[in-house]
Amino acid sequence: MKHVEKALTKKAAHGPDVDITKYEMGPGSMDAIDDLGKAPRDLAEKMGEVGVVTDEGARDGSLLIVNNAVGHCSLRVSDGMELMPLDRALEKYDGLKDHMWKLVEPDKDKFTATAYTEKATGYFIRIKEGHHIKNPIQTCMMIGKDRSIQNLHNIIVVEKGASCEIITGCATGNQAGDSLHIGISEFYVKEGGSLTYSMIHSWGSGTVVRPRTGVKLEKNARFTNNYVILHPVGTMQSAPVVHLDGEGASCRLNTVCLAHKGSDVDTGGTVYLNAPDTSAEIISRSITKGGRMVARGRLVGNVEKVRAHLECRSIVLDDGGVTLAIPELETKVADVEMTHEAAVGKVERDKVEYLMSRGLTEEQAVGMIIRGFLVGGIRGLPEELERDIDEAIEQANLGD
Amino acid sequence: MLEIKGLHAEAGGREILKGVDLKVKKGETAVLFGPNGSGKSTLLAAIMGYSHCKVTAGSILFDGTDITHLPVDERARMGIGMMMQRPPNVMGVKLGDLVRAAAGGDDVGIKAAADFRLERMLDRDVNVGFSGGEIKRSEILQLTAQSPRFVLLDEPESGVDLESIDLIGTKVKDLLYRRTNCGRRTDGCQAVSALVITHTGQILDYIGADVGYIMQEGAIRCSGRPTDLLNDIREKGYRDCISCRMVVPS
Repeated sequence: MKHVEKALTKKAAHGPDVDITKYEMGPGSMDAIDDLGKAPRDLAEKMGEVGVVTDEGARDGSLLIVNNAVGHCSLRVSDGMELMPLDRALEKYDGLKDHMWKLVEPDKDKFTATAYTEKATGYFIRIKEGHHIKNPIQTCMMIGKDRSIQNLHNIIVVEKGASCEIITGCATGNQAGDSLHIGISEFYVKEGGSLTYSMIHSWGSGTVVRPRTGVKLEKNARFTNNYVILHPVGTMQSAPVVHLDGEGASCRLNTVCLAHKGSDVDTGGTVYLNAPDTSAEIISRSITKGGRMVARGRLVGNVEKVRAHLECRSIVLDDGGVTLAIPELETKVADVEMTHEAAVGKVERDKVEYLMSRGLTEEQAVGMIIRGFLVGGIRGLPEELERDIDEAIEQANLGD
Repeated sequence: MLEIKGLHAEAGGREILKGVDLKVKKGETAVLFGPNGSGKSTLLAAIMGYSHCKVTAGSILFDGTDITHLPVDERARMGIGMMMQRPPNVMGVKLGDLVRAAAGGDDVGIKAAADFRLERMLDRDVNVGFSGGEIKRSEILQLTAQSPRFVLLDEPESGVDLESIDLIGTKVKDLLYRRTNCGRRTDGCQAVSALVITHTGQILDYIGADVGYIMQEGAIRCSGRPTDLLNDIREKGYRDCISCRMVVPS
């Protein structure tokens, strides 16, 4: 415990430092919302922006967290899965000893240390052995209070041969732009299981976002992570660490982002390929519109017969921002196939004019090319997410 | 319909067009011959308004309006359409989406895709991994969806197999003669004009042309009946062909 307390002031490995003391812990209680369809209008609108639907017919489970309180938790399937607030799961499963703080180190930095030492809210999702959850499960993380901390810890366990898709929407309320989101996530995908986890965000222009995610995959397990951030944000970091521990396990980390002026976006991920025949792909597509954009990726091949590919592509729309692509490949063994490519450039004029020659305005042509750049070539992106991306691109007026 | 006066233009920092004068009347199909590097493609790019081609002097009038410095999309909306010889790959943009956009959001082009043997290509990224014939068919499908009044065709038959040439020729003919609307060419219904670049003249088996021009070193050097010009070029080569004729103003 002492070493964790010492880490309360420990700076993160990279990115701008944040003074946590200027924030206070956000409210830990709220009035329950039994039916998301009856959620207050401003809340419902924000949820819609980040892919969370109030018509729960299309979802097999829904969970809403506002600040540090679970405001809604419902299940539409009676069999095969559990979805509950973290504190209930801690009670039910004896503190989730096998799953809490096993994939993320509490003393990693001041954010993990804060999540560890303060009471965290969150969810626990368990997909039982052999069950395939048909419709997505949705979770929504909302910050409603300015200068507050949202302190989350989420656990997902996909058991042997089971599968599910989770859509998470994160947003800040209109009056809560200057706030801090800390989110510890630990995902376990057992033998032959499959998890698709998509996140879409609409933070405030001053929001500080510091998620810390660890994922462990057993034999032949699959994991797809889609991280989408197209709205302005203050400073954010997202760098999940995936351990491919079982033979034949595979993962794909996709990032689609837009760095607006004033936003500092740092995304990527690390994958440890620890077993034979594992494979990993880290794909990043980003646009810089005057903001700072860092696309990281680290692939570590620890055994023979692994395949991994890393791709960072970025378009710079406006001068004044910074784009940094940092691809890393590491191995100590000979028989691996690891590749990377990185490209930073502009929207090519000949392509824009080609589309314009078909009657599209310049704005429409640039929008079409950027949409294609962001989502084209990324596999495993849910169709629904593509629609949300389309809307966000439209709002961002990229052709200006 | 189209009137080009004393047009000078640069591409890649070099003057390519050195005083082009050309008229294409309403409903007329004009053919442009000329050796490689004579400026034919640059002329078409200047008419469409592509920025890699910079007009330094002269003017381009379309339906009496000076379009010399108008943006590409405004020219397209005025009714000019172009089939590029080597259009760019547009990663991530589906052919179907572009065809729909070219038709102003209408599905008319999508429905016609099977006639162009492109129904399976609609979900593919525009031009990425397309064969030579697929690129040409895709360009004509886009133009058909766009339905322009003036068509610029840059070597529509180059790089395609014989079977594709037949389909491409037929579709270009449909585009120019609006066969689906009119059935045959008459003064009353023919409204589509064309300026066509061809080296082999194969496309002329399908569309027939009213007038031909030969370009050499950035200017129009000769004009006449397209078939006569083609025969002369075949027999004598460009240099002798040009030396024997006077420049005939269009």
